[in-house]
Amino acid sequence: MTTSLTQLTIHESHERLKTGDVTSEELTQAYIKRIEAVDPQLNCYLTRVFDSALLQAKKADAQLKQKSDVTPLTGIPLALKDIFITKGIRTTCASKLLDNYIPPYNSTVAEKLDRSGAVLLGKLNMDEFAMGSSNEHSAYGPVKNPWDLTRTPGGSSGGSAAAIAADLCAGTFGTDTGGSIRQPAAMCGIVGMKPTYGRVSRYGIIAFASSLDQVGPMAKDVMDCALLLNAITGHDARDATSIAAPVPDYTHGLQSGIKGLTIGVPREYFIDGIDPQIENHVRSAIDQLKLLGANIVEISLPHTEYAVPVYYTIAPAEASSNLARYDGVRYGKAAPGAVDLADLFKRTRTEGFGPEVTLRIIIGTFVLSAGYYDAYYLKAQKVRTLIKQDFLKAFHNVDAIVAPTAPTAAFKLGEKSNDPLQMYLNDIFTIPANLAGLPGISLPCGLTENNLPIGLQLIGKPLDEATLLRIAYAYEQSTEWHTKKPSMQKSDAKK
Amino acid sequence: MNYESIIGLEVHAQLATKSKMFCACSTAFGNPPNSNICPVCMGAPGALPVVNFAAVEMAIKAGLAFGSQIQHKSIFARKNYFYPDLSKGYQISQYEFPLCLGGHLDIPLASGETKRISITRIHMEEDAGKLTHDYGHAEKSHVDFNRCGVGLIEIVSGPDMRTPQEAADYFRKVRQILVYLGVCHGNMQEGNLRCDANVSIRKVGDTKLGTRTEMKNLNSFKAVERAIAYEINRQIAAVERGEIIIQETLLWDDAAGKSASLRSKEDAHDYRYFPDPDLLPLIVTTDWIEGIRKQLPELAAAKAARFVRDYGIPEYDAEVLTAERDMALYYEKCIAVYNSPKKISNWIMTELLRELKNEGIDITACRITPEHLAQLVTLIDDGIISGKIGKDVFEEMYTTGHAPAAIIDTKGLKLVSDTSELDAIIERVLSTNQKQVEQYKSGKVAVFGFLVGQVMKETKGQASPQVVNELLKKKLS
Repeated sequence: MTTSLTQLTIHESHERLKTGDVTSEELTQAYIKRIEAVDPQLNCYLTRVFDSALLQAKKADAQLKQKSDVTPLTGIPLALKDIFITKGIRTTCASKLLDNYIPPYNSTVAEKLDRSGAVLLGKLNMDEFAMGSSNEHSAYGPVKNPWDLTRTPGGSSGGSAAAIAADLCAGTFGTDTGGSIRQPAAMCGIVGMKPTYGRVSRYGIIAFASSLDQVGPMAKDVMDCALLLNAITGHDARDATSIAAPVPDYTHGLQSGIKGLTIGVPREYFIDGIDPQIENHVRSAIDQLKLLGANIVEISLPHTEYAVPVYYTIAPAEASSNLARYDGVRYGKAAPGAVDLADLFKRTRTEGFGPEVTLRIIIGTFVLSAGYYDAYYLKAQKVRTLIKQDFLKAFHNVDAIVAPTAPTAAFKLGEKSNDPLQMYLNDIFTIPANLAGLPGISLPCGLTENNLPIGLQLIGKPLDEATLLRIAYAYEQSTEWHTKKPSMQKSDAKK
Repeated sequence: MNYESIIGLEVHAQLATKSKMFCACSTAFGNPPNSNICPVCMGAPGALPVVNFAAVEMAIKAGLAFGSQIQHKSIFARKNYFYPDLSKGYQISQYEFPLCLGGHLDIPLASGETKRISITRIHMEEDAGKLTHDYGHAEKSHVDFNRCGVGLIEIVSGPDMRTPQEAADYFRKVRQILVYLGVCHGNMQEGNLRCDANVSIRKVGDTKLGTRTEMKNLNSFKAVERAIAYEINRQIAAVERGEIIIQETLLWDDAAGKSASLRSKEDAHDYRYFPDPDLLPLIVTTDWIEGIRKQLPELAAAKAARFVRDYGIPEYDAEVLTAERDMALYYEKCIAVYNSPKKISNWIMTELLRELKNEGIDITACRITPEHLAQLVTLIDDGIISGKIGKDVFEEMYTTGHAPAAIIDTKGLKLVSDTSELDAIIERVLSTNQKQVEQYKSGKVAVFGFLVGQVMKETKGQASPQVVNELLKKKLS
């Protein structure tokens, strides 16, 4: 059986585009066909821009033919989470409030992709304003997990993870505030990376929690992940929090192996409540890393248990302020029939925001209020510093940390939607890296009895994405998990 | 019962940068509504602020001029509230950690002494847009975001002023310094400079402060004085009636000459300040501060002292000429062309200031260039025209902006110094005024002036008085 075009990785497609074996137009057409055939079941795409994609493909084909300005992404069909501002292309952030929003400018990431010659197929579903761990909080309906259509793909970048798993695009970029790249990557059996905070520009990323939000690649394998990261990394004068550090070529050194690296296993990440199947597969993955030559040591990150409450104080606080701009005055959907100004604000926001977003705005407003600021927001910031120090201390002795990405595999649609606390706990292993601003990656390391993917998480030193990619690549190349494909079926399995 | 009033001012000054505080948009005033805007100042989803360091430099300059401690680390914070002119739903300001702490300003008192007013802090923030309600739709308001995001400094004084006059003097002095520094255009009509006043009263001798109210919308020196006087009287009257002053924010209506309550303490906003996560702490190095200190310009007081010392003009003149930076510059430009400090000062202080005041314009809009004014004084000193003709030439210069020499030429105003022409005129005057000639010759020398006057009248003032004097004396001897 020959592999269909949409199953190719980016680096495989690139080789074939370069030789003229396939054109970008053919590749793009193949994705368009597959999206039209498969996406009605999955609900990944919120906006499709196939006409402009085909134009970009033709332009890429001309470049490939002339061998001018060819990058590893030239002619590669990609898609973006609908949190990226794309000039002239509807950007909703999966919110009714921005249902009609056509941005007048481009995010830095979209601009860089454009310059790299990549083809943009459309905008992908997500939890509204990136608030959620199941993609069930989208105003445009949930995304289904391609491994089991009765389950969630994780969130908030659920549409992005599902689209890669189901071959609806060759690669995407998500955003990760508390695990929104890594957790859906784990649940959909793909590779997803959150780089160091400040490594990728946030300019033109619709803000959820500014001190935590970070853009990162989501891909079919580690090599693609490195290629995608190459395309977007670097300092941006338009983002004051972006870091002016030299940018390496992340594909270099992938093959150099992990002999002699010390990898820490934090005991606080193997707790009650973690699915035993997950623990078993992650432990086997750790054994595999040892086999590949890494030194495995147990470490302690003592403040881990506070990460979730700290996160659910700081993130809503920042969100309550970041989302204040959606008042219906300058853009977005203003509610009709307002009698006065206060009524306009109230109606626009009440009608425009979904329940989860509303809940977080209320929490955030509360923790910043006079009389509560010190007890909640300020205290959370202090504990955040302690969590950060835990990591920095650990990194004196280890080169990277290995852990599960999420405590469970993909859960059923509706299973946790009435229990926000249960939902929030699903981010327990991903949140600490956001609080500490550290890079993290999730890659497939097994399947459950129900044939659901399991994610292995690696957390690295600040700006040390290269080491994470190197470990991930060594693991991936020595196992076959990344070659597994989803069933695209419904399953009757209960758990 | 005797009361004393306790007054503190918060002055908001727009920084005179070319671009806004957190984006590259122009700060130009008077452009069509919503033409100086971009995704950042419009609060578009995903847009991010980046600090304009030219604005920080200006704020540091102001801090140094007021003797503040410039903080090596200060923090931008978000002040959260909803209003249609606030594009992000929060204003970027500074709260717990402002750029400048402490400082002071000396103001002159009527007694001739000076009084030191303390400055609590100077912090940076961004301006909001502007609502307009006069576009012809009764049911709609419009908002112009051109001003939204323009850099501001807020200068907060201590509660050190005791009279409305002192408050107005302080405000004037703050404006003068900011304009001298070049950090604010100081144009109150364009809203470059605004002020809120905190006012309370207490019985003379009491040490405890009374409940204060905050008066907003004080947009001229006169408004500051009137509004504070109004508020003091209102508070005294209330206390005399046995009422308790409540803490509230008041809005001054200058046209009506009264204030109205905007909100009471119970309705006060909870701004939920917190550090802006989009901006890193503002780090200011000692080198940067010292570099700015070296560039500080000469301020009004120093300039006035120098004028007295170097130009030998009276203190009063020096004070008037240095009240506005642009006037002082004008004066010095005149001196550079023609070094006659007192005469030029006289022309400016009497003629020029009167005309500017009548027209209601600023020296920068004056049509007479400093070069032309200096030339006019030179022409008079050289005897080319008389002082009296000089005034006519001045009027013409003021209206047309033409050079004095050109005006003199076209109008034929040059002094008659051709003695043969003057001889004839003098002969005629002497023959028609025989009686006065007799009187002079019989020792009544005072008549001489009358005869000079008659000659001048005949020449329509174009004769050189010196030449007339000489010739007349010769004829009469």
